[in-house]
Amino acid sequence: MRGGMSGMGAWLWQRLTALYLGVYILVLLLALVLSGGPSAGAWQGWMTHPGALLASALFLGAWLMHAWIGLRDVVVDYVHPFGARVTVLVAVALFLLSCGIWGTFILIQAASSWA
Amino acid sequence: MRREGRPVFLNLLKIRLPVPGVASIAHRISGVLLFLAIPLFLFIFQRSLQGEAGYAEALALLRHPLVMLISLVLLWSLLHHWLAGIRYLLIDVDVGVERTAARKSAWTVLILAPVLTVIILGVLWL
Repeated sequence: MRGGMSGMGAWLWQRLTALYLGVYILVLLLALVLSGGPSAGAWQGWMTHPGALLASALFLGAWLMHAWIGLRDVVVDYVHPFGARVTVLVAVALFLLSCGIWGTFILIQAASSWA
Repeated sequence: MRREGRPVFLNLLKIRLPVPGVASIAHRISGVLLFLAIPLFLFIFQRSLQGEAGYAEALALLRHPLVMLISLVLLWSLLHHWLAGIRYLLIDVDVGVERTAARKSAWTVLILAPVLTVIILGVLWL
């Protein structure tokens, strides 16, 4: 394997994405708990704010990358036969790719509510 | 080669995994569960943004007994993964590497995750 997604690069990306995901989730959980569960209007107001949409778009990218590196580590540790390993990794990649397309669509939908 | 007292076969019930090992396995399991739940997160998030009706439907779905059970497991997964992740980041920068400190922090993560799960769901559900 070559490029930034192997070895030291993956190790570093896993930590950088972890930091971003961790902060985003902390803010979201605090907002949910401190508001005691927001109303529909409040929730949609928060999440369609341009800043929040940008943060969520970054979150989606970081989330899928973090999941890919993590799942790859787990699969490589436990699935040894080459064919099975490749099959599982391809399934994981397709799953994450679909989630990425879907997530992007959701964010575009959310953005179109104020456009 | 066989030494007295060493396990000669890997009986998982006889292996006493050290606490940091338990936290590590739980980090992996919670990570895989969170990965599998991505479509569920996306679905509920999508519905919650689709007007008053969509938001009400998302909340109703979250109140479904089966989904409540899944939420319980997923919130634990999220909190454990988050806390254990912070622990690993600290260990990366040489904080808490020493054995007693590593054991203590592993216990802290293992206990804090379910406690916070109950508190957060208590606030959101009640």
